[in-house]
Amino acid sequence: MIGKLINRLLQGIVVLFVLYTLTFFLIRALPYGPFQTEKAIPAHVIEKLKTQLGLDQPLHVQYIRPLKNILLEGNLGVSTRLEGRPVNEIMAQAFPVSIHLGIMSMILAILIGLPAGVISAYKKNSMIDYLLMATAMIGLCLPSFVIGPILAEYLGRSKQMFPVMGWDVRQVSTWGLPVFTLSLGYAAYLARLTRSGVLDVLSQDFVRTARAKGVSTVKILVKHCLRGGLIPSAAYIGPAFAGIISGSLVIEAVFQVPGLGRHFIKAIETNDANVIFGIVLLYGALVTLGNIASDFLIAWLNPRSRAQS
Amino acid sequence: MSLVIQKGTSLRADAMQRLKKNHAAVLGMYLLLLIVLAAVILPFTPLLADPNAQDLLVKNTQPNQQYWFGTDHLGRDIFSRVFYGGRISIAVAVLTTLVAVSIGVIYGAVAGYASNKVDALMMRCVDILYGMPFLVVVILLGKVLENMTAAWAADLVDLFTADTDSDDKINAVRTAIEPLVTMVPLFLAIGALSWLTISRIVRAQVQSIKKLEYIEAARSLGLSHFTILFRHILPNCIGPIIVYTTLTIPGVMLFEAVLSFLGLGLKPPNSSWGVLIKEGADMMLTNPWLLFFPSLFFSLTLLSLNFLGDGLRDALDPKSSKD
Repeated sequence: MIGKLINRLLQGIVVLFVLYTLTFFLIRALPYGPFQTEKAIPAHVIEKLKTQLGLDQPLHVQYIRPLKNILLEGNLGVSTRLEGRPVNEIMAQAFPVSIHLGIMSMILAILIGLPAGVISAYKKNSMIDYLLMATAMIGLCLPSFVIGPILAEYLGRSKQMFPVMGWDVRQVSTWGLPVFTLSLGYAAYLARLTRSGVLDVLSQDFVRTARAKGVSTVKILVKHCLRGGLIPSAAYIGPAFAGIISGSLVIEAVFQVPGLGRHFIKAIETNDANVIFGIVLLYGALVTLGNIASDFLIAWLNPRSRAQS
Repeated sequence: MSLVIQKGTSLRADAMQRLKKNHAAVLGMYLLLLIVLAAVILPFTPLLADPNAQDLLVKNTQPNQQYWFGTDHLGRDIFSRVFYGGRISIAVAVLTTLVAVSIGVIYGAVAGYASNKVDALMMRCVDILYGMPFLVVVILLGKVLENMTAAWAADLVDLFTADTDSDDKINAVRTAIEPLVTMVPLFLAIGALSWLTISRIVRAQVQSIKKLEYIEAARSLGLSHFTILFRHILPNCIGPIIVYTTLTIPGVMLFEAVLSFLGLGLKPPNSSWGVLIKEGADMMLTNPWLLFFPSLFFSLTLLSLNFLGDGLRDALDPKSSKD
């Protein structure tokens, strides 16, 4: 188990390394440099700035320097857009907001999706099954950036139930709507996966045996089916977490959440290399951790997959 | 004694029958056909006004008899913009999915058929790509490609309109070419990045099929690996591939909309459903029809594709019983 974890973490490091390299070349390929302002900057100032930032050095030096700083000191350098503000500081400010949004959405998606799927499977082909699955389908097909503005408008602005702007971790009303909007699509998908997973197990022989022995339906469902039935959902948790983490970019734009998304879009627009590196690598690390968690969840739920690897 | 001869049904006919019994899937299929046909054919008919023609005298008109879906703040006809936009959204989604599925199928098939070592190496690469924060990389990529594709589009428009001075014709050519040329490179790239899941599905399928006896027979006949893999194994994976293709298209359409929403992809005045939804969301308060109609068509298309995909999966799934 521990060997596998170490293996996966090493693989994660390879991912981040590939990601860094890819990002490095994409930033170099951006059609504009970091010094584009409305007023033209004099040429000698640009020269000076370039020297200061090391942009006049050969490519391999530019490639290695941020990497060395990140690895050895955990220092992401300074932002060029926000004149000299350290990237670590920017991230430390915005990241808690983004991760709060992401984790809360994930939890909410699981809290909505799993019970809905189990109920749907338990009451297969009943009215409530159709109702739940139809709702899930609609949840899948209505993009968050359509639902978001509508919710913000009707629950926020006209009914005054939620403040439309601002973010305070202690007040649910300030982050309730973005979290709910972000979680909807994932809750819908989880519900569908859970339903088909549980149905799969319900059709197996050992369930018939249990039923023949007179075990109650609820007990069959909870004790015998849930574990196996949740495997497809567990496998989806990794990709879902990745989706939620990057989906928060959109939600942050819709609800004006002061998270990383805002910085990321601005950084790309102004070729703010260090900020881009910081955010891309952080997202990459989160996605990797989500995938690892997902794998271990599957291994815990399904002893057979443990034996194989 | 009478002899009843029951005609055997082929697997495909069997699947077709099961699909027909699934009302949601059939409805989805017809609805999808209708929307796609409308988006493909209508732009060639005089029914649609020029989607980019502005008429400030009728700006912000509510839906009425002349403007069925109303007009926006520049007096552009939303009815026409919805179908022109739909054409772009659908074309881009289909193209991207085709790229993704082609790469995924070939990669997955080779990995599944190859020796354990090669397979492990190939799948490790897939694992690594899975760890990428996809949207983040694509946003960056979109910015990189933006100016390049705009220049290409301008060149192409010049090329096709070299012999004419008429503004109308130049505009018509631009409406046709610009959206595709500006979007296609980005979405080809997206397609080239989103083949991971399909490759895993195909690999698993190939691995289970290659152990069957008829493959052994094919091998003992001395057939080449290429023939065995592409002629005898892959055709038996077609079910999951079709299903996955149907379910990928809505994902890509959603992705296009997200990118448009974040201001990447298409540039004004061109429209796709994503662009229209964004513009609509900005003016939701005063002109709700600007959000309503594009969202309606977008969601209906996604809904149809998902229902159809679900129906196909149930119909083609070898595990589902004959009932």
